[in-house]
Amino acid sequence: MTVPIIKLGHYLIITIQTELTDDMAVEAQNKILSQIRESEAKGILVDLSIIDVIDSFMGRVLNDTAMMARLMGAQTVVAGIQPGVAVTFMELGLKMKNVHTVLDIEQGLELLKSLE
Amino acid sequence: MANSITVKISEEEDIVTARQKGRSIAKELGFSVVDQCRIATGISELARNIFLYASTGSILIQTLTDNNHSGIEIIAEDNGPGISDIKLALLDGYSTSNGLGMGLPGTKRLMDEFEINSELGTGTKIIVRKWLN
Repeated sequence: MTVPIIKLGHYLIITIQTELTDDMAVEAQNKILSQIRESEAKGILVDLSIIDVIDSFMGRVLNDTAMMARLMGAQTVVAGIQPGVAVTFMELGLKMKNVHTVLDIEQGLELLKSLE
Repeated sequence: MANSITVKISEEEDIVTARQKGRSIAKELGFSVVDQCRIATGISELARNIFLYASTGSILIQTLTDNNHSGIEIIAEDNGPGISDIKLALLDGYSTSNGLGMGLPGTKRLMDEFEINSELGTGTKIIVRKWLN
């Protein structure tokens, strides 16, 4: 099981379609970074709308990926964080860094365009 | 409505299984979606700690009934190396595994009750509970 990455113009769209194990998350991170380089992407859009748990590990992978993408010149937009995930994220004491957030993919694409 | 399930933790995928089972029991009990998320996330942290520090262990998830309220109890147990300084392990940002150090203190915040027993060379047992209001 791998995370599919769709190239759309200057952007990479990653729609998480299944609950991620730690290995899958780290593998997705590597894949995203190599695709940013290959496709000279300016932005990545990660749809987390089906994800109902972001624990400290996932939070770290998300932040790290955004930071790494930023170092490579790409912005990261995360879409669709569920209310329970937002509450839990705060209570766990996690911080969102280098990440723009929107409600859905549509808003995400608009934001990416405006960031260019 | 007595319900109890044990998930053995020995592979990484078991972390996902444990939190999914926990969420479904929490849902069955009538916990709100946000509470289901808190419970599933807490289980995920406890299961990962077992996998990371002890390699193997178990997560027991069971329903609780106490006079007029019910809840969920999670017992995470392993025979790993144990925690040398529990106070330090419960401090935000402290980690011996190059992690964020939010797992244990974060789980404590997500749940209503948190008990930890750990002995060096013997293992660690963490009990957490969340009650339905």
